[in-house]
Amino acid sequence: MSSRDNILNKIKAAQPDPTELPSAPQNPIRYDDPVGKFSEMINLNGGVAELANNWQDIRVRLDTTFNEFSNRATTIPFLADWADFSLNVEDPHELELINVAVIEGAFGVAENGAIWVSEKHVSHRVLPFITQYLGIVIRRNEIVNTMHEAMERVNISESGWGCFIAGPSKTADIEQSLVIGAHGARGLSVYLLNDH
Amino acid sequence: MYKAETDHARASEAFNSDESYVNWHDETLWFVRQKRDKAAFQIPEWEVLRDTASRIKHYVLSHMHELLVEFEKKALANGVQVHWAADASEHNRIVGEIIQKHKVTRMVKSKSMLTEECHLNEYLTGLGIEVVDTDLGERIVQLREEPPSHIVLPAIHLKKKDIGDLFHKHLGTEAGATDPQYLTEAARQHLREKFVTRRVALTGVNFAVAETGGFMVCTNEGNADMGAHLADVHIACMGFEKLIPQAEHLGVFLRLLARSATGQPITTYSSYFQSPRPGQEMHIVIVDNGRSTQLGRPDFRNSLKCIRCGACMNTCPVYRRSGGHSYHNAVAGPIGSILAPNLDMTKNADLPFASTLCGSCSNVCPVKIDIHDQLYKWRQVLAKGGYVPATKTMGIKTMAAVLSQPRFYQWSGKLGRTVMRALPGVTNNSLNPWYKQREMPDPPKESFRDWYIRNRGGK
Repeated sequence: MSSRDNILNKIKAAQPDPTELPSAPQNPIRYDDPVGKFSEMINLNGGVAELANNWQDIRVRLDTTFNEFSNRATTIPFLADWADFSLNVEDPHELELINVAVIEGAFGVAENGAIWVSEKHVSHRVLPFITQYLGIVIRRNEIVNTMHEAMERVNISESGWGCFIAGPSKTADIEQSLVIGAHGARGLSVYLLNDH
Repeated sequence: MYKAETDHARASEAFNSDESYVNWHDETLWFVRQKRDKAAFQIPEWEVLRDTASRIKHYVLSHMHELLVEFEKKALANGVQVHWAADASEHNRIVGEIIQKHKVTRMVKSKSMLTEECHLNEYLTGLGIEVVDTDLGERIVQLREEPPSHIVLPAIHLKKKDIGDLFHKHLGTEAGATDPQYLTEAARQHLREKFVTRRVALTGVNFAVAETGGFMVCTNEGNADMGAHLADVHIACMGFEKLIPQAEHLGVFLRLLARSATGQPITTYSSYFQSPRPGQEMHIVIVDNGRSTQLGRPDFRNSLKCIRCGACMNTCPVYRRSGGHSYHNAVAGPIGSILAPNLDMTKNADLPFASTLCGSCSNVCPVKIDIHDQLYKWRQVLAKGGYVPATKTMGIKTMAAVLSQPRFYQWSGKLGRTVMRALPGVTNNSLNPWYKQREMPDPPKESFRDWYIRNRGGK
């Protein structure tokens, strides 16, 4: 018998009597000001959240914040002429040269500052990790309260891969001292776009 | 019958030799525990969440067979190759064969306690495959040629000076440098080179979703994603208990995991893999290695609910004052002490005794495992099986004789107090295991019984 069948048979013989699946917690926390809470959590996680009135406003902020960097990449059509690095490459290793990448996120989660980014929002899965600095644009009316609402919106079969990104890469593995910029992005700027 | 090579108390002697170091370790972990409390208290429905998570996991235990079959079917349909390993050696062989098939001799690996349990690194090194652990803490302990001392904070036993010296030797940082920012930057540069040149990446799995065939990997550093998205081959290894029924349950577990682990509201990256990117090969290795035996033990099966947050370690008064290495098992602390005897009763018989049974572990556990009850139950199983040293069995028998006879108990207490006052050397000597690294308390003037009769007598 294969290991597969062996393991499955042993499990079948060992598993306890069936129990019911519980429902999700009723009435999870809701925030009076989800955008405010979301911004607070992004900042707590080591990122920078900024309100932006329109795309032009974001463009101006990018110019100010990342003025000194070349190798800027984006998947957002409006910012195409801001970028100087083409994402039209086959081998993801070439993205190692990128200093700043700006992408869109699907929605944000107020309770923890997490932003859902899926394969639809990036040219390559590695883009938000390999770039030195990351910018994410998110619409202000796309902030949900908790992870329960968040998972209602995630359909992984549409994209094959996705990630909740809640801040810049960080570590505290050296004597519990927080250091921003472990292996992924050294900084995260989140632009909360007013969608009117 | 009792033939353990070491025991927890003996193994913690070196750790306990420096009191200020022990105090530092104790306080550092207690600080993490306090951060956990602060994060948990911000969620009004925290206790409901813990209860829900525990019941979801119970559903998983009771439907494990069906859920695994469903998960496999979905994963295969997603273009993922699924492997099954009965034990550690089969797991290692499967991983080794995948790597060798691609004629690769160097790989990167992100955190996976399962591969620690299976001693994968040693096995692959034996095949001539170089493994680089990419989590900063794991890289540190790998360079020191020692195992992680904590499942979430692998290098928590080290001070920054130790790491500065280590990096000076291996990564060429300046001698005497201890700035965490500087040392982390050096590791970043060192490991970026590995990420962009290695073609095989291995990751662990935090949650595997039966409904979608997908799996989630959580990190703060981004090392799992850097490795997996750049590699031609992604191998994800999981114990079968990582399964959850539906994607919506990720909402429950992601709310609990990081808050319980480090007090963060969520890990920086919670990466949900379902299918390989075009041109990539993705493998999932599902491992038993004793888990089906544990599933069949009614008193101990709840230990399989564990989501590896480490909260029980951070709160444990014994773990904080003895360090992870004294548990001589891949998973240390209270949860490790109820998992380890299942793997090997002879080697790990000491671990359920490395506890005060205070119950703090059970109180912080995000999936409400009855950890301290299981520690207590393991003691009985191990004593009955003859795995406990004769001195301990004799001590317990003596104690039972004293405690079951009230007059004898009174007389013994009185004698003990008198002897300890008159001749403290009788207890305060190196033959008494309770005196090691501890001060014995001053004996009280009278027993509680005497005090009670004197103060409350007749009422």
